[in-house]
Amino acid sequence: MKDREEIVQALAASGYIADGELATAISLMQLLRRPLLLEGEAGVGKTEVAKALAGVHATELIRLQCYEGLDQSAALYEWNYQRQLLSIQAHRGDNADAIEDQIFSEKYLLERPLLAAIRRAKPPVLLIDEIDRADDEFEAFLLELLSDFQVSIPELGTITATTIPHVVLTSNGTRELSDALRRRCLYHYVDYPDVDREARIIMARIDGATASLSLQIARMVEGIRKEELRKVPGVAETLDWAAALVGIGVHDLLEMPETVHETMMCLLKTHEDRSRLTREVTDRLLGKVA
Amino acid sequence: MSCCGDSPGYDELDQVSRLVAGKLAAFLKTLREAGFAVGLQEGQDAASLMAAGFAAKPGLLRSALKHLFSARKSDWERFDGIFDAFWLGKRVRARSLTIGSTKAANSPSLKSLQDRNLEPMAGEGATDQIPAGDDDVEDRAGEGRKEGASRADNLSEVDFRKLADPDQIAQAHEAAARLAKTMRTRLTRRDLARRRGYRLDLRRTIHQNISHGGVPITLVRRQRKPKPLRLVMLLDASGSMSMYTGVFLRFIHGVLDEFREAEAFLFHTRLAYVSDAMKEKDAGRALDRLALLAQGTGGGTKIGESLKTFNRWHAARVLHSRSCVMIVSDGYETGDAKLLGREMAALSRRCRRIVWLNPMMAWQGYAPEAAGIKAALPYVDLYAPANTLQSLTELEPYLAKL
Repeated sequence: MKDREEIVQALAASGYIADGELATAISLMQLLRRPLLLEGEAGVGKTEVAKALAGVHATELIRLQCYEGLDQSAALYEWNYQRQLLSIQAHRGDNADAIEDQIFSEKYLLERPLLAAIRRAKPPVLLIDEIDRADDEFEAFLLELLSDFQVSIPELGTITATTIPHVVLTSNGTRELSDALRRRCLYHYVDYPDVDREARIIMARIDGATASLSLQIARMVEGIRKEELRKVPGVAETLDWAAALVGIGVHDLLEMPETVHETMMCLLKTHEDRSRLTREVTDRLLGKVA
Repeated sequence: MSCCGDSPGYDELDQVSRLVAGKLAAFLKTLREAGFAVGLQEGQDAASLMAAGFAAKPGLLRSALKHLFSARKSDWERFDGIFDAFWLGKRVRARSLTIGSTKAANSPSLKSLQDRNLEPMAGEGATDQIPAGDDDVEDRAGEGRKEGASRADNLSEVDFRKLADPDQIAQAHEAAARLAKTMRTRLTRRDLARRRGYRLDLRRTIHQNISHGGVPITLVRRQRKPKPLRLVMLLDASGSMSMYTGVFLRFIHGVLDEFREAEAFLFHTRLAYVSDAMKEKDAGRALDRLALLAQGTGGGTKIGESLKTFNRWHAARVLHSRSCVMIVSDGYETGDAKLLGREMAALSRRCRRIVWLNPMMAWQGYAPEAAGIKAALPYVDLYAPANTLQSLTELEPYLAKL
């Protein structure tokens, strides 16, 4: 639909600062009608891509959060049992076949995210979050849905998609995904942003963050990521920290090293990391920021 | 794409892209050789991308094809190099590095293998001594359970130390990986057989009872998925274990790939978390990444210290109620044996089972006299040798029971 620059601008308008590669991925998604698989460390903004994409298309975002044991009834559809039972009671004495026809009709069907995504009038963005947490079986089922875009419900028949949604899958790599699924998708690896982009992200997301402060924060975080940590802070943590600093009223990191060190809890989420980043380390990193 | 469709030099461009498309097939072949999973569908899509004007600029084409052809992070990182080498004629380091890396990873253990060939062997009679804590291991081992190693029959009873020829080593590695795979499928099958429902399946119940006017007379139940066994492996990579490290690393690689839940650590003088490095799909590359870690620093083995690190920093995250910790070590502790005892006690409180595999146990005349192993043994549920493929196979029924 659009050029890469246009896509970057449109994403920026919905609050996501993208690089050129991601823009390419999104334009390919539309051209080839393939799902986009995003991989990357936790907190680099994979989910945000889908949200911003929904903003770009001005369409609904339908999100399916995967977890172990996720099955069809939670992901695709479920029957409304209470209403079915009521209906059976109310029509007691009728022909059993007639009741069966009635209670297994659209009226008693509860849509879950996957079914909802293929039955909208306008193609929504379907975000399948953390697919690596779901089971292999679910992955196989998803593969079928993503290639045919039709669902068969035994009691009702086959439902074909009215629109093809824009599908975004995210994975943290806790489990190896199947090759079949990987092949169906376009692949994009979301890395930690460089200093410049991270500074722009901070400015776009945090009200009151000046250009110089944002740049300082981004440089500081880059330094912290290079330390040997167990849990490297992601963009989400950076934003938390920036919000905290702005909220406290810091305008220049170098002026308030004490506060910088104390608010580091926004970035470091394990005791091990916290104790590794001593005051001396903070000072050393601050020295590099200057 | 509207960027090129109606540009003035359309015919010219078309000719260029036709030329480029001709070369595409050769590029796909290069990619396949480099280990990318690229099928016909991808080739067609790539051609349509080129027709859509992505071939106008090399940078754009590279970025577009990268998204299309990569399937995982390692592909993603190598792609630019391969693309540049093929289309732009630049020299590239990444490709030559991946080829032959397997050999490089194995060479240290290979060398030590040949050096140690003179020592006395007890490979053949080894498996008799297996079960220590649980004596029904052998009873439960049904027929056909050697499937995993059957294609390497000649190798299955040979002590890993005896494998000197690189071909044999490669075969043993293959077998270890295959074994890990069979173990996983078999464990799942056992779970299925044991299932019994305890929760109502409302959907099926209602469907079945329409003819009773909705009164649920016949109940349909459903079963919860069994919590999978989590296998946590701690591998001793010190000098004294060097001739076994290679095979066990390969086994661990297979286990991490096949088990839904498995974690791996290496230790010598300190503990290293290696699951991420081992998740590399290609075994050779994974071992390559570990080559440095696995060699150890040569300063003895601090099992106690390493376990302490494990208990302190990793146990809470890695262990749950259905976890089995598998320690592969010869038990020659150079640190404080009392510390080892304490940490073993702490570990045994946290997990379901501790299996200690000691390849040296099968050596003739070996008795667990090292201070380290003596301190640890009271907390170990199964103490077994694992010096041959067969003895590894025999662990599987034990794991299935957990």
